[in-house]
Amino acid sequence: MSTYKIGVIGDKDSILGFKTLGVATFPVVDAPAALSVLNRAAREDYAVLFITEELAQHLEDPIAELNKRFLPIVVPIPNNKGTLGIGMGKIKESVEKAIGADILFGKEG
Amino acid sequence: MDIKVNPTRMELNQLKARHEVAVRGHKLLKDKRDELVRQFLERIRKNKELREQIEKELSAAMARFLLARAVMSAEVLEEALMYPTAKMSLEVDRQNIMSIYAPKLSFKQEASVEGGEDNIYPYGFVDTSAELDASIETMAGIMPKLMELAELEKAIQLLADEIEKTRRRANALEYVMIPRMEETIRYITMKLDEDERAALTRLMKIKDIVRAKV
Repeated sequence: MSTYKIGVIGDKDSILGFKTLGVATFPVVDAPAALSVLNRAAREDYAVLFITEELAQHLEDPIAELNKRFLPIVVPIPNNKGTLGIGMGKIKESVEKAIGADILFGKEG
Repeated sequence: MDIKVNPTRMELNQLKARHEVAVRGHKLLKDKRDELVRQFLERIRKNKELREQIEKELSAAMARFLLARAVMSAEVLEEALMYPTAKMSLEVDRQNIMSIYAPKLSFKQEASVEGGEDNIYPYGFVDTSAELDASIETMAGIMPKLMELAELEKAIQLLADEIEKTRRRANALEYVMIPRMEETIRYITMKLDEDERAALTRLMKIKDIVRAKV
């Protein structure tokens, strides 16, 4: 048991609010920058990394790779423009992977 | 599709032993898969609800923050948020779900010394707007839920991976390994029986020939 840090990656407007909570913020503008921050943070002792969906949609593979590990936990969050449904999509994906059919989200799957 | 074997009694015994192990393994894997799925279902519903809730609240908080940004100048806002007083400390433990190790988070929000225990605002109220206060308050309220969500989603991803793996293994045993072994066992048994019958007829025939000569 040891102490870890929490980080938020996203556009400045969306993540500045987290700063007051004692969470490390990484304001980035585009996906490549976010990727390098993500990789750096994954090597350091960050346990939880929140990333805005806007950026997460361009970084599916690296995030999937990180999520196979014990730490860090990469969680997509909506940004100030609202949700893109990526986090929900991930849940749906997990269900389909585990059960073989979508049982949560009903008819359309 | 059959395995290349010598149809001997030795081989038959070995195969039978392997078959028994395979059947037992298959049963165990099936039980493991069932329990994993149960654990998974238990979590996935909660995960979905939690995410829906958080996405709504977080979007609202961010929208408020945007408002705060609009009524305040960027410099003042930056200055107000420059030195966060709250410190977040996060501890990570391991929880064991069916021998899958998922992180378990427990975090403490350490408020600043000045301004008392529950002072989450790192600024004075002179230059800042009420929208900022509101936004930060909601953010602080969401944080524990966000941690819970992070923990849940990780557990679910790990579980989904494990379920897939277990299901593949169980299916490989059920539909490939075990039928193949049964087929081979049947082949060897038939071959051995055939040999036995052949030997018997040969003996009877020889007996006839010998008797006829005497």
